[in-house]
Amino acid sequence: MQGATGRAGASIDGDRAVTERVMVEARAVSKHFGGGDQIVKALDAVSVGIREGEFFTLLGPSGCGKTTLLRLIAGFEHPTGGAILLDGADISGLPPYKRPVNTVFQSYALFPHLTVAQNIGFGLQMLGRSKSEIAATVDEMLRMVRMEAMRDRQTAQLSGGQQQRVALARALAPRPKVLLLDEPLSALDLKLRKEMQVELKRLQHETGITFVFVTHDQGEALAMSDRIAVMSEGRILQVGSPHEIYEHPADHFVASFIGETNFLTAAVDGIEAGQVRLRLGGALETVARLPDGMTPGATVTVVVRPEHLRIAAAGAEQGLAATISDVVYLGTDTHYHLRLADGDELFARVQNRPEGGDGWQVGDAVAAIFPPSAVRVLRG
Amino acid sequence: MAMVPTPARSGEAAARAARVRRNWLLATPALALLLLAASGPLLVVFVYSVLAPAEYSGVVWKLSGEGWFKVVFHRDIFDETIGLADAHLTIFWRSASISLLTTAIALFLGFPTAYFIATRPPRQRTLWLFLVTIPFWTNLLIRTFAIMEVVRNQGILNSWLMAAGLIDEPIQILYTDTAVLIGMVYVYLPLMVLPLYAAMERLDFRLVEAAYDLYASRWRVLTRVIVPLVKPGIVAGSILVFIPSLGAYVTPRVLGGGKNMMISNLIELQFGEGRNWPLGAALSMTLLAFVMLALLFYVRNMSRIERRG
Repeated sequence: MQGATGRAGASIDGDRAVTERVMVEARAVSKHFGGGDQIVKALDAVSVGIREGEFFTLLGPSGCGKTTLLRLIAGFEHPTGGAILLDGADISGLPPYKRPVNTVFQSYALFPHLTVAQNIGFGLQMLGRSKSEIAATVDEMLRMVRMEAMRDRQTAQLSGGQQQRVALARALAPRPKVLLLDEPLSALDLKLRKEMQVELKRLQHETGITFVFVTHDQGEALAMSDRIAVMSEGRILQVGSPHEIYEHPADHFVASFIGETNFLTAAVDGIEAGQVRLRLGGALETVARLPDGMTPGATVTVVVRPEHLRIAAAGAEQGLAATISDVVYLGTDTHYHLRLADGDELFARVQNRPEGGDGWQVGDAVAAIFPPSAVRVLRG
Repeated sequence: MAMVPTPARSGEAAARAARVRRNWLLATPALALLLLAASGPLLVVFVYSVLAPAEYSGVVWKLSGEGWFKVVFHRDIFDETIGLADAHLTIFWRSASISLLTTAIALFLGFPTAYFIATRPPRQRTLWLFLVTIPFWTNLLIRTFAIMEVVRNQGILNSWLMAAGLIDEPIQILYTDTAVLIGMVYVYLPLMVLPLYAAMERLDFRLVEAAYDLYASRWRVLTRVIVPLVKPGIVAGSILVFIPSLGAYVTPRVLGGGKNMMISNLIELQFGEGRNWPLGAALSMTLLAFVMLALLFYVRNMSRIERRG
C-alpha cells in the first residue's frame, strides 16, 4: 500500500492503477433475514469480483441488497451462504475489527465526544500505532481532505460537507485494503455532491485504494465508477463499465434503471452471423447486433436511447411515421414526445443549438429516424 | 441608531414580556409550595442546631455551638477532656462507604441491564422497563422485610446454599453491613437502570458499528465509545442512587438491626432516646452538606458535558 504516493501525480484516466488482481470476491453469497415464513432474501447467491485499485459501484434501487453486500464485506453481517474473500483469504467469519476494510457511513457516524483529529486518529490508535505516527498520519489526512484548519474542532460544529471529509479521512487513515462507501453523498445538496464526486475520484487516485461505492443514483454511478454492478431484488443483473452498462444494457431492468430509454417490440425477420433483421412498427426494417448466445423468438424487445432517436420531416427514409404529442423545453435540450401509427409512445431528446431548434410543434406529422447502431436488442 | 427599536420589534418584545409574566404566574403555586415546604423546615432545623438542648427533649432558646461541636467531637463527662467522637465518625464512614458501594454495585448491575433493554426492539423495551419499575409499586418497608426473609439464617438464600452443599451452617448475613448493602442495592437499582437506559436509548448504535469498523475490540468499543457517550446517564444514575443511599433510614434500621447505624438512624436517635435535638439538627445539616457536595459534583460534570456536546 506504500506505493500510493507515487501515483499521486498521475490524475489522467489513462494511467490507472487498476490491475486484474481480484481484491474482494463474493462467492455465491446469500443473506437471508428473518425466519419461518417471513424469510427475506436480501442477497440471493451473488458472485462478483472487485479488482484491486478499482472504483467499483453497487447500483440499484432501495432494497436491492447493495447495502447488505457492503455490510457483509465490512463484517457487520455474516452471510447465510457462500463466502467473502479479501485478497484471496476467506474473511466470512471475521469480526469487523479484524478486517483491513474501512467504511464511510451514510450518516458519517463521527464520534461526537472526540475532536476532528481524534476521530481521524481513532483507527490507528486502536491498531496500537505510536503517537508520532498517528499525529503524522492525521496531519497528512487533514491535508488530503483539505481540513487542516478544523483539526481541533468538535464534530458537531462542522457542516455536512466537512463532516463528510472527516469521515473519509477517518476511514482512509488506517490505509485499508478496501474502502467501503455507503451512499456517502446522499445527505449533501446538489452542488456539494458534485464537488465531492470529483473529490472522491481524486482521493481514490491519490491513495490507490480499492473503493466500493453504494448508490441508488445512476448519474453518480456513471460519473465516478470504473465498473458498475447493477442490482435488483438481491441479484446482480449486470457488471460492466459505465459505457457498457449504458450502451448495452443486459435486460429490461438495467435499461430502464440507467438513464431514460424507449422500449419497442420488434418482429424478427431473420438471423445471420450474430446479426438480426428486425421490423419496427410493422414497417421499418433495420439490423441489430444479437447479444451473445441468444436465440430470439418471433419478436424481441429493443431499446433506443432518446438522444439517439432523430426527428425528420414526414416521409424521410429510414423513418417511422409519427406525430408530435408533446414538447418539453429543458434548456440544454428539448424532449419531443412522439406517437407512432400503432399507438406506441416514444420520446426523443434533441440538443438545443445556438442557431435555434428544429421547431417542431405539437401535432406535426414527422418521421422518427432510428440509426441502425442505435437499436439494441435486449436479452430478457 | 441601532438602539432605536422599530415598531414591529417593540411589539414583539412586549409580547415576549407578557408571555414571560404569564409563565411566572403559572409557576407561582408550585414555587410557593416548594419554598414553604423545603426552605421553611430547613430554616427551623438550622435554628435548632444552634440552640441548646432542653433537659428531656426539645430546645431552650439560648444560642449554643454545642450541637455542631458534638457532631465530630466528644467531651468526657467526668474530666471534660475533648476527643474525637469515634462513634459518629464510624457511622459517617459506614454511611459513605455503604452508599459508595451501593452506587458501584448498582452501576455494575444496572449498566448491562440498561444496555440489554436499550438493544431490544422498541416494543419489548416497554415491557422490560415495566418489569424494572414493578418494585416501586410496593411499600419500601415491605420490600425491606422481604429482603430480610431472603437473607435471614433460615431464609431462602441460606437454605439454598445449604441444600446445594456449598455451606454446612447458615451464614450470618442479617444484621450485618452486608445485609444493609444487599437491601440498598435492591431498593435503589431501578434508580440506576432508568437514567442509564434513557442515555443508552439515545445512543446512536451506528457509532458502535463505526468503532468496530475502526479496529476497536468489544472492550475498546465499551470503554472508548459507549461509556463516554452515556456518561450523563452514568452520572445521573449514580447521583440518584448515592443521595438516597446516604440518607437511607428504613433499610439500615431493619436489616442492620439497629446496631449498624447510618447517619439517618443516628439523627433519629438524637431526636428520640438521645434527647439532643440540637445535635440531631446539626447532624441533619451535615448530611445535607454531603448531599450538596454530591449534587455540586453532578452539576459541574453535566455542564462540562453540555459545553462539549
